[in-house]
Amino acid sequence: MLTNDKIIRSDEKAIFELRDLYSRYGYNRYKMSRFEEYDLYVRNKDFLVSDEVITFTDRNGRLLALKPDVTLSIIKNSTDSEKHVEKLYYNENVYRVSQSTHNFKEIMQAGLECIGDLSFYEIAEVVLLAAKSLALISKNYVLDISHMGLVSAIMEDINLSDQSRKEALIYLNQKNPHQLTALLESEGVADIKKDKLLSLATLTGTTSDILSNLGALMTTEKEIAAFEELSSLFDILAANGFGDNVRADFSVGNNMRYYSGVVINGYIEGIPESVLSGGQYDRLLRKMKRDSSAIGFAIYLDLLERYDENDKGYDIDTVLLNNDDTDVLTLTEFAEKLSAEGGVLVCREVPKGKRYRRLMKISEGMVTVLEENG
Amino acid sequence: MVNVALPKGRLGEKVYNFFKAAGFECTSIEEPSRKLIFENPEKGVRYFWVKPSDVAIYVERGAADIGVAGKDILLEYSPDVYELLDLNLGKCRMAVAAKADFRDSASKTLRVATKFPNIAEKFYSSKSRDIDIIKLNGSIEIAPILGLSDVIVDIVETGTTLKENDLEVVETIVPISARLIANKSGYKFKNEEILAITEGLAKQLEMSK
Repeated sequence: MLTNDKIIRSDEKAIFELRDLYSRYGYNRYKMSRFEEYDLYVRNKDFLVSDEVITFTDRNGRLLALKPDVTLSIIKNSTDSEKHVEKLYYNENVYRVSQSTHNFKEIMQAGLECIGDLSFYEIAEVVLLAAKSLALISKNYVLDISHMGLVSAIMEDINLSDQSRKEALIYLNQKNPHQLTALLESEGVADIKKDKLLSLATLTGTTSDILSNLGALMTTEKEIAAFEELSSLFDILAANGFGDNVRADFSVGNNMRYYSGVVINGYIEGIPESVLSGGQYDRLLRKMKRDSSAIGFAIYLDLLERYDENDKGYDIDTVLLNNDDTDVLTLTEFAEKLSAEGGVLVCREVPKGKRYRRLMKISEGMVTVLEENG
Repeated sequence: MVNVALPKGRLGEKVYNFFKAAGFECTSIEEPSRKLIFENPEKGVRYFWVKPSDVAIYVERGAADIGVAGKDILLEYSPDVYELLDLNLGKCRMAVAAKADFRDSASKTLRVATKFPNIAEKFYSSKSRDIDIIKLNGSIEIAPILGLSDVIVDIVETGTTLKENDLEVVETIVPISARLIANKSGYKFKNEEILAITEGLAKQLEMSK
């Protein structure tokens, strides 16, 4: 296998390492076709990040779509059966409308899905793999963890109208305590219940501070059950050495229609948006008339393009200017030597618009250094 | 170092004074100059002036860790950022205005002139009202006078401009003020610094009440 760090980009390197990681935990590769029947996506439009899909008609008149998502196909191809869990990973291009440019974009995505009769072990395993995936990309990462079961239980206890519930979720997502307070006050929510939901937007500090403050506020059976699951998950992550990089944060992925349990979002220092997102999405499976549970996450590898820890700041290590007065055999020998040292471009004039570390000249079999940077 | 995007102009100056009162001053910004970037390494802040409508973009894309943007911009562009604090500055409202003698007839599509097509669209779709949006970039007030639109959706501060153009507010859509926003990733990696600034500003707010 090619392991030369000099030429492998950070996103390519991540793909190799992630595949290796996932297969070591028994996940099999899931390969899908570039297009799927449009019907699958249109029925689950709300699940997709953007509802615009590239469609075309095939020769039989069927409407097909360039896949905007991988999870839906994986669910469709899995089966429900007791004590059975299917573990799959993928590395695929998906086609979505970019939120910033409003044009279609090809996005390289890697991720995994764990579908079936899940136990707490599988949930912990997937969250651990998410943390490990981020750690492979950079040592400066944060994995935010929330629990949709907990958020829903608190919402249920407060009994907000549908419209207000939607708004409250948006404010949670924005860590927006001022508007959340105003909303709860306008709905006449009692102080004790108000504080509970507000605490999700305002609690800061270490994860153990957040959890101990929050734990004291939990009252209903559902709240306590979800809170306990979240707490044990943090204990497991800490015991596995991820305590410093994981945080309880309830602004993560507040989509109550799909997520039912743990929800995660991962960040890498230097990349302005989240590079990893996922969670337990039993509600999507129920919507698709399925009995199983499922948890998974995706990593947006296209975001790693601008993030390169190994970027040296030049395109070529050495440029070797050739005067045409050296015999080709000697030239190939020098080229061989310099390519082994770090790379060489043999040319007759200095290449325009390219940066190099060293500029050399070869004339009548003699090499001289003209310029050296860094 | 926390990068702070401030909105250029009158509001921005008020906002900077707020940061200063909270203990995050930067004397170079107070001297008259054409510079756009100012730094106080001691306090760990770097301020820069940008067009008010661009603040959210700088923050969403991580060029600034935090910034101050009007709620109008946040509602119009829905940037994926945290909204940490309502600074209660630059208070105004987003409103529907029309000519004083305007009579709304639900039997016709309502023609709406605005700089904020997304806000207008959302507001009317929540009322299931069919509208025709006319996106303008300025002088919105003359649209109903010239018959270009039936109503306008725009920011109303004192209402003087409306009055002078023989328009009046029909309905308030949402109150507007300046908000402290943060980049989601920056918030994770400069958490303590950003929280210190947020708390400092919140204290100032409390005191000014």
